[in-house]
Amino acid sequence: MKMPDPDQTIIEAKSDIVAALRVIVPGEGVIVDEDELRVYESDGLTAYKQLPLIVVLPETTEQVSRILKCCQERGVKVVPRGAGTSLSGGALPLADGIILGLGKFNRVMDIDFDNRCAVVQPGVTNLGITKAVESEGFYYAPDPSSQIACTIGGNVAENSGGVHCLKYGLTTNNLLGLEMVLMDGTVLRIGGKHLDSEGYDLLGLMTGSEGLLGVVTEVTVRLLKKPETARALLLGFETAEQAGDTVAAIIAAGIIPGGMEMMDRPAIHAAEDFVHAGYPLNVDALLIVELDGPQAEVDYLIKEVSGIAEQHGAVTSRISENEEERLSFWAGRKAAFPAVGRISPDYYCMDGTIPRAQLPLVLRRMREMSEKYGLRVANVFHAGDGNLHPLILYDANKPGELEAAEDFGSDILKLCVEVGGVLTGEHGVGVEKRDLMGAMFSEIDLKQQQRVKCAFDPEALLNPGKVFPQLHRCAELGRMHISGGKMPFPDLPRF
Amino acid sequence: MESSFAVENSDQLVEAVTWAAAEQQPLEVIGRGSKRALGRPVQAGHSLDLSRLTGITLYEPEELVLSARAGTSLAEIEAAVAEKNQMLAFEPVDLSPLLGGAAGGGSIGGVLACNLSGPRRIKAGAARDHFLGVESASGRGEIFKSGGRVVKNVTGYDLCKLLCGSYGTLAVMTDVTLKVLPRPQKTYTVLVLGLDDATAVKAMSRALGSPHEVSGAAHLPAGLAAGSAVSYVAEAGGAVTAIRLEGPGPSVEYRCAALRRELADLGDTEELHSRNSLALWQELRDVRPLWVQEDKGPERAVWRISVAPSEGPEVVAAIGQGEAFYDWGGGLVWLALSAEGDAGAGRIRDVLRPGGGHATLIRAPLEVRAAEPVFHPQDPAMAALSARVKDGFDPCRVLNPGRMYAGL
Repeated sequence: MKMPDPDQTIIEAKSDIVAALRVIVPGEGVIVDEDELRVYESDGLTAYKQLPLIVVLPETTEQVSRILKCCQERGVKVVPRGAGTSLSGGALPLADGIILGLGKFNRVMDIDFDNRCAVVQPGVTNLGITKAVESEGFYYAPDPSSQIACTIGGNVAENSGGVHCLKYGLTTNNLLGLEMVLMDGTVLRIGGKHLDSEGYDLLGLMTGSEGLLGVVTEVTVRLLKKPETARALLLGFETAEQAGDTVAAIIAAGIIPGGMEMMDRPAIHAAEDFVHAGYPLNVDALLIVELDGPQAEVDYLIKEVSGIAEQHGAVTSRISENEEERLSFWAGRKAAFPAVGRISPDYYCMDGTIPRAQLPLVLRRMREMSEKYGLRVANVFHAGDGNLHPLILYDANKPGELEAAEDFGSDILKLCVEVGGVLTGEHGVGVEKRDLMGAMFSEIDLKQQQRVKCAFDPEALLNPGKVFPQLHRCAELGRMHISGGKMPFPDLPRF
Repeated sequence: MESSFAVENSDQLVEAVTWAAAEQQPLEVIGRGSKRALGRPVQAGHSLDLSRLTGITLYEPEELVLSARAGTSLAEIEAAVAEKNQMLAFEPVDLSPLLGGAAGGGSIGGVLACNLSGPRRIKAGAARDHFLGVESASGRGEIFKSGGRVVKNVTGYDLCKLLCGSYGTLAVMTDVTLKVLPRPQKTYTVLVLGLDDATAVKAMSRALGSPHEVSGAAHLPAGLAAGSAVSYVAEAGGAVTAIRLEGPGPSVEYRCAALRRELADLGDTEELHSRNSLALWQELRDVRPLWVQEDKGPERAVWRISVAPSEGPEVVAAIGQGEAFYDWGGGLVWLALSAEGDAGAGRIRDVLRPGGGHATLIRAPLEVRAAEPVFHPQDPAMAALSARVKDGFDPCRVLNPGRMYAGL
């Protein structure tokens, strides 16, 4: 993966930049020591590593504003970072750039139960929000599996999902407001405790913009009351087709489960060997369907779903009768990644989304690719919303295997696009899928997106090298070649 | 003299926009024309008529997805999804009757361009939350796409969000893809009778803060409740606070009983079942309480104000004039007042503190909409950023110039 060529003049000016940053953030907030920088050399996509030039850890919005302005004036690139759990290399440092760490922005500012929202700083963890409000029975709905570590600021940057987003939405559907800082130091407030921001929906644009448009310094999130109860079904099928048909039939019956997860045979076996969740080993596909809400509704719907599964040939069907049993159904799914980690020295987690009906075809093609590349693959799948997480098993110590795993992954993502899906459902493009963007978007599509970037960061100093395969200068993107002056289709009727 | 380009396909659209950009000829972008009276008047010698770009191009109920050409009538789409027992869960508002047209006049492109969402906004999200993919022509005369047909997608910037609510000022949508959802089996409404505005918001807050999955919470003061076509509401003899519950029968019955118990200390309660319930929420969605009794006298101006739910009553009291009702648990205020002078603009903008919400002048005479900001004024930094975003899509400013903000 090629990153933009480091600017030697910036690297040579390091001590000047450090001095300028220390004026803004006194004390230990500016990190230059190589051992301490090492902590920041990678994020959740550990195959890529790069020492940053400097790390800055501001504590106030004013400091963030001054840092960005200072960097803009000096032409220094900035990579924002929350907890560094990105799976797509969104927080991968640059040799000639600073890491702007938001870890010290870790306070819950305001909890407003009357308006069912909370105002938090971006360094608060996803789970930290729920912890702050659960005493009153509330929670923050999006629940990415890294929720214990990942921060809400990172969630905004990546538009994170989770297993419950079919029913409760992604980050973008659960935000009310933001405070953010542009690269030139301008502080902006978008939205608030009211719904739908005035003017252009910059809140929606910022969510999932992968740290390329601005640095978020405060987030207002919606809170929901915890559902009265939740129960799960564990369903086993002899074929993935049957499991897929069951998912379609549940939705066709008008039921939107809180969560609906599928695992294929290799994932079932890895998980069962690891946590002994009691999963059936004689099936090709396992579905976990969770229904949550009022007790009366859950009790009613669980029977409906059970009936649908039976009609579609479920060979295993268990309904959780208590909380302990429900959690045991989930135990294997939640441990699927580490479980796969046990059976292989390394694994590479993919994140495409497909129209659900394409699942049997995609699984079949994936098995063919697995043979071609000589690498095993295990699948966990957010079946409700079509988001696939194939885990490609490889050994980085064997020459060529990492490259083969990456090529295999690229082929899977291209297949997702080919069947009507997308490159990434929730992990982001980052550096990882940057060079695949052309499989989904035309040059015109990508240039239009980059013109949006130009409105926020005309010098392209914020997180460059991520998302876009090719960097264009804003002046070039703004140019318009006007030809014509010819009246359009003069033979059409006008009114 | 005004002329209209009635485009039939994307090629013609590109041709028209390219010409407009080259000749610096602004275009008024029109779907089916039902909301032409919403927003600032556009100074354009030509209009771009998209009413021939029609048809549902994909509808897969089990995948919860529908695609249509942007000029397709909303009524056609709603009928198609209703046939499969599904719906557009954001409950698009039909502003046609409020704006003086026949009901059901709008297009799906228009709904998205204005981000029009009804009472279910509080639970299911806004139009923008159901907008999965788009193909459109920028003011540069280039067709570009964003998003896709799947719900979970973080590939590139979410330009659907940016186009939704941009009133045709950034790009002309040609094809849109939406998420659809199952229609609830049952719709019940709990009515709490005789509450003043502040107590009503307290009641709604209690309901929305309960685990009963409330999908609508509105309050009609006595004068407006009396005009309802639902007899239980009209004959209540006072203010009516309405709380909607949707879902499978047993669940709705259980939650309805629970909620009535939990709100009993605030006032007498009643319940509406399916048909009456649906009728009431359609009235609220389409702002009927403000236009139904309007047959005599000069037409009033109508404002749509979004605030933190708990602040709704204070904002209405501080404005101190006109007639208002509340949706979104108190967070959405529909206010009608005299269209004389500035139609209350100065007063309303003064009452809303910075960051505390926004007010949009949904209906007013042309002269008022030309003279007063229709959309909430932005601070200079935000206005400058919005202008740069506009330039990124429409550098010659030919698409609906001035529709949202002067000069944009």
